[in-house]
This record gives sequence, C-alpha cells and structure tokens, in this order.
Amino acid sequence: TSLAEVNSFSPSMPISPSSMINQYKFEDEPELRDLFITVDDPESHITAIETFITYRVVTKTSRSEFDSSEYEVRRRYQDFLWLKSKLEEAHPTLIIPPLPEKFIMRGMVERFSDEFIETRRKALHKFLNRIADHPTLTFNEDFKIFLTAQAWELSSHKKQGPGLLSRMGQTVRAVASSVRGAVKNRPGMFTEINNYMETFSQKINLLDKIAHRIYKEERDYFNEMKEYGPIHTLWSASEEDIADSLKGIASCIDRCCKATEKRMAGLSENLLPILHEYVLYSEILMGVLKRRDQIQGELDSKVDALANRKTEKDLFSEEIGKLEDKVERANNALKADWDRWKQNMQCDMRSTFTNVAENNLRFYEECLATWESFLASQSVDLHVEEDSEDRP
Amino acid sequence: MEDCLAKKMEITVSEAEKRTGRNAMNIQETYTAYLIETRAVESQSEGQCAPVESLWRRYSEFELLRNYLSVTYPHIVVPPLPEKRADFVWHKLSADNMDPDFVERRRIGLENFLLRVASHPVLCQDKIFYSFLTQEGGWKEMVNETGFQLKADSRLKALNATFRVKNPDKRFTELKHYSDELQSVISHLLRVRARVADRLYGVYKVHGNYGRVFSEWSAIEKEMGDGLQSAGHHMDVYAASIDDILEEEEHYADQLKEYLFYAEALRAVCRKHELMQYDLEMAAQDLTSKKQQCEELATGTVRTFSLKGMTSKLFGQETPEQREAKIKVLEEQIQEGEEQLKSKNLEGRDFVKSAWADIERFKEQKNHDLKEALISYAVMQISMCKKGIQVWTNAKECFSKM
Repeated sequence: TSLAEVNSFSPSMPISPSSMINQYKFEDEPELRDLFITVDDPESHITAIETFITYRVVTKTSRSEFDSSEYEVRRRYQDFLWLKSKLEEAHPTLIIPPLPEKFIMRGMVERFSDEFIETRRKALHKFLNRIADHPTLTFNEDFKIFLTAQAWELSSHKKQGPGLLSRMGQTVRAVASSVRGAVKNRPGMFTEINNYMETFSQKINLLDKIAHRIYKEERDYFNEMKEYGPIHTLWSASEEDIADSLKGIASCIDRCCKATEKRMAGLSENLLPILHEYVLYSEILMGVLKRRDQIQGELDSKVDALANRKTEKDLFSEEIGKLEDKVERANNALKADWDRWKQNMQCDMRSTFTNVAENNLRFYEECLATWESFLASQSVDLHVEEDSEDRP
Repeated sequence: MEDCLAKKMEITVSEAEKRTGRNAMNIQETYTAYLIETRAVESQSEGQCAPVESLWRRYSEFELLRNYLSVTYPHIVVPPLPEKRADFVWHKLSADNMDPDFVERRRIGLENFLLRVASHPVLCQDKIFYSFLTQEGGWKEMVNETGFQLKADSRLKALNATFRVKNPDKRFTELKHYSDELQSVISHLLRVRARVADRLYGVYKVHGNYGRVFSEWSAIEKEMGDGLQSAGHHMDVYAASIDDILEEEEHYADQLKEYLFYAEALRAVCRKHELMQYDLEMAAQDLTSKKQQCEELATGTVRTFSLKGMTSKLFGQETPEQREAKIKVLEEQIQEGEEQLKSKNLEGRDFVKSAWADIERFKEQKNHDLKEALISYAVMQISMCKKGIQVWTNAKECFSKM
C-alpha cells in the first residue's frame, strides 16, 4: 500500500481492495464520520540512550470539541501503550482494540526491518481508527490529547494522574477480589460469553497457525518453481523442433510463479494480520470479562460484609447502592460492546475469508489463461505443419 | 511401417503378479511377473476375433531381450526399458519395487517397450523378439544359444576407443554431445519436478486443516455457522484433489524418463561407431607399418629404428634367404590386411548409413513424442486450474454467506 492509499479520506471509495481491507470497516454510515485518522511516515530517531521509531499521526475532524480541524503529531509505540492503558482504566468493561505486540518471535523478523515497521504501522492505524469508531471511546479525553498534543504537552500530561503505586494497588485489590469467587453470582449471559470466548480463542489460535503454515508452504513452492522454468529454457538451447514449445512452457511456469507471489502477498497483507488481531482480541475479551467479575466481586464482598455487621448499616447500604450502580453500568457497557464486537467480528471474518477466496480465484484464473494461451499457440503450429505436408 | 509387427498383432502387458520362487542360488526370492497377451489382428473380412495367447515374463527376461537386441543391432537406437528402481521420487511415492503404484507404472512402461520394438521396421522382424512374445518355455536357452554375449563389446574396449579414436564421423560426435546434454537436462528437470510436486502437495494438504477447525468453530456460531461448515467442506475437497493431480503428473514424468533412457541408447550407437572407427584406424595403422617393414627389408634401408634392425646389426645381418622368407610372410599379411581393411571400411560405411537412417527416424519420433508430452503437461495444468477455480468459487460463496 502506498502513502496515497493511507491518506485517502473517503472510506466509501477506497483506492484498492486491499486498502479497503486495511482500513477498518465501519458499521456507521460513512457520512456520519467526523473524525479521520491516518498513521504513516515512520521515522527513525537515534539518541545516546536508544533508537526508536516515531509515526506521523494526522487527524482531520469537524467536531466542535477540537480547537482545530487538522492536527499532525508524531507518536512512538510507548505512547500508544500509554493510550491503551488509560482507556482500559477509564472503561474497564469496554473492549479496547488490540495493539500490535512489542516483539514478534515468529519468523525471526528484525526489530527494525521495513517489513516489521510496515506491519506495525498498519496495525497502529487500525487501532486508532477502531477507537474513533467506538461510540464511547471516541469521546475519551486522553484519546483527544493523544491525537492533538505536541510531544512536550503529551509528556507532561502523562506524568499527571494516578501514579504507578496506586495503579499497582488497584491491581492487587482486583486480584484479591477475584479470588473471592465472583463467578458464583455471575449473570448467565456472561458465563455464556465466557464459554464462547474459550472456544473462539482456541479456534482462532489454530486458524492463525494454519494460515502461517499455508504461507510457508506457498513460499517453499514458489522457491522450487523459480528453478523449474529456467530448466526448460536451458533444454530448448539443444533442441530445434521442440525449442519453441519448451520456451513456451518456461514462460508459462514463470508467469505462474509470479502469480504465486501475488497469492502469498494477499495472505500476508490480509488474512494473517486479521487473524492475529483476533488472537489478541480473544485475550482482551478474557481480560474484560475478568474485570467485570472483579467489579461484581467488590459488590458481593460488601454485601457479605453488611450481613455480618451490627453498626453503621446505613453507611454500608449507601456504599452498596453505589456499587450496585457500578455493576449495572459495567454489565450494560459490556453487553452493548459485546454485541457490537460480535457484529464486527462476523463482518471482518466474512470479508477476510471472501478476500482469501478471491485471491485464490485470481491466482487460478491467471494461471489458466497462461496455459490456455500456450496450448493455443501449439495448435497453431500443428496446423501449419499439416498444411506444409499437403503441398506436393 | 507396413511390415511392422505392431500392425499385425495386438500386444498388451495386462497384469502383474507377485511371485515367490527359488533363484539360481536356491535362495527364496519375491519378484513380480507380468502377463503378456497377444492376439493376431485379423483383416476385416474375417469377421471373427483370433484367440488371445498369453505368457508370463519377469523383468529380468525383458532385460535379457533388450541386451540381445542392443548387441545384435548395434546400429539401431534400441527402445529403453522402464527404470529398474524408482528414481526421482517425491516423498509420497514409495521407492519400493513392490509398491503397487510402482508396479503399475512399470507394467505400462513394459507394454510401451514391447510396442516400440514391435513398431520398429527392423527390430520387429527379429525371431527372438517374436518368440519372447509367443513362446513360454525354452526362450532363455534360445537366446543364449545365439551366442550374442560373445559379440558384446567390453566396456573397457569401448572406453579405450572413445579416448583414442582420431577421426570419428563429425555427426556422431555431435550426436554424442546432444545425448549427454539431453541426459543432463532431463535428469535435472525430473529432480526439480519431484521437489515442486512435493511442495505443491504440502500447499494443498495444509488447507485440509481448515475443514476441521471451521467445523468446530461453526458449533459456537449462530449466523456464521452454516457458511463456515460448508466452506470447510470445500477446503477438504481442495486438499483431496491434489492426489489425482500428482498421479497424472507421474505419467508425464514417465514419458520424460523414457527419453532420458533413450539418450543412453543413442550413446550406445555412438560408442559402437567409435569402436568401429578405432578398429579401422588401428587396422590401417598396422597395415602401413607392415608395408614399411616390407619396403625396408626389400631395399635394405632402415628408415625407422627397430630392435630387430639393431640386433641384426649387432649380431650380424640375415642371409638373403631369411630376408626373402620374411618379405614373403609380410606380403601375405599385407594382402590379408588390405582385404580386411577394405571389408572394415565397407562395414563402417554401412554402419554409418544404417545407423544414421535410424537416428533420423528416432529424431522424428522424439520430437513428436516430446511435443505431445509437453502439450499434455499444459492440459494437466489447465485441468488443475479449473478444479481450483471451482473449489474456490464455491468456498467464496460460502464465506460471503457467513
């Protein structure tokens, strides 16, 4: 994908099918979008201590909350991590989109190879756009700051807010409360979602492995094919009568070879990233379900404590009331987000696998055309031979 | 081609059977026997079909037949046998001689061999070949009685001739280079083809894993379930389709292998020419030296150093009578030598003429067969593409309904 595709701001008219897949599919009407974000232009920065990459984040918006209609900032991976954790903090039972991983073990990709950077850039682009399309997250204040603040503004903003120690305290409390059996009062709906996610996670991980295996097999096939065609050309050099046929076969094999390359590119640009995202999503969802259980756990333990109390019952009741509201809000948020997530997942899977099928169709159609035209050329030769035999 | 046996007789190698027996060293062995069926082709007016005659032969008997033909007709490019052991295999095929697929392909190869011999204008008239097809018992003894093994040239002699021959026919030298190139390029092609087949097998089979996972996934989905399930089925079909595709390609590989082995037959004819030419050159050289010796004795001049000359100088000259006797012997030998040289020359010219006629015939056959094979390869690829299009069209429909 070229920069031109990345910078396209009309989601209803993508430049190429692949860029359409790379941009997030929105269930909202395109005309309702008022926030357009692109991530591009990776740049390397070398300091005495470290080397890191920044990406350009361009935002165009018509929203009144934004002071300007256009913003351009540079962000590094750390900044995206910060944003994600702030969103998780603010909305513990919402499904925050996945971020690309810190390192990729599979395939031994170099940390700063072009391939790695490009894969990461596309994933970061998707991450921000998914947030922009989320009915709640899109209005998050930290999100706005991420998109608009200059580097020094962002640094100083990051330093505010609950410190590391208080965040650790939250985690400890959360773990403790989950140990207290929050599961027993879990509404049936969430148990269902939990069960679904367990199976889904298993299957999506398998599919991820299968897709990578297919890619590897196709690459190995391509490497052998590269050697196959030229042998026919070599042979044609010592023949006369059949030299043309041999050269024809060589050129067919070479064209099929190129078609194989395209087929592989289709996989790596489309299916592999999507499956990987949903592998990450299944982890995210398990985390969201746990956090919901924790919130419920807080309520349950307070209710238990109230039962054993003789004094200060009114105070406790007030606290319990607040917690009950909190649980209800969390449950509703998760329910709505879950429905939304399922819809989008279905949409993504449908379009991704359809694209895989189209990719393979294109491959076979191209190869078919190549071989058919070779066959046609051979028939022509046969007719010429027959004619010359008839002549006295 | 009007005289060739193939037109008068239907020949098939119709069956293959595992046998056990005792070999020459009385050790029990397992081998495969092949059923050769022949039937005379009656003219249309007869109406009725002649009865089918049949007999069993094993591979070693085919080898004996071919060796006999190669030695007896050294000027002919003798059709090759299918390979003795499975070579250029990719992983799914077994290299085991007893493997049913290998036996089946060998059966076809043996039938092809017999048909090639039966359609050859010279070879088809051979009595030993005819007996091979029709006479079950005593055939081996008959072949050995021809004493053809004695006529066979030793490999060492042939190698020696290759290095030492001075004036081989240029066309044969070119043919030798061609057959070397053909052997090398076809071997290379077959090797890479086997590797490509291996990889292609991997690509198709891995898609089969989709089927199971899609099916398990569909169990937890409501709207997507049907689409997933049926798409998985198509992935299974895709994965299974490679088996037939590669089996067909094996026949294409066999067609190429035949010409790989034909290259060796071409080399054999070239070797024979080199041997004959070398023999001729040696005979001519021998004659020249004898003539020279004769001249020296007659005129008394010693132009070339010879041990005899030295010893006679040291130990006294010979008597005129002795010299006369020597000259007489030499003159006889020279006469003999000249006759031999004349007949060798004739032999050589005949060989070159008839060999070259068969080589031209072979070239036309080769060009025709290889072109056909290449076209059949393209047809196979087209069929594979069409199958792929069908499967993925179906899969696409299923996916779009998810």
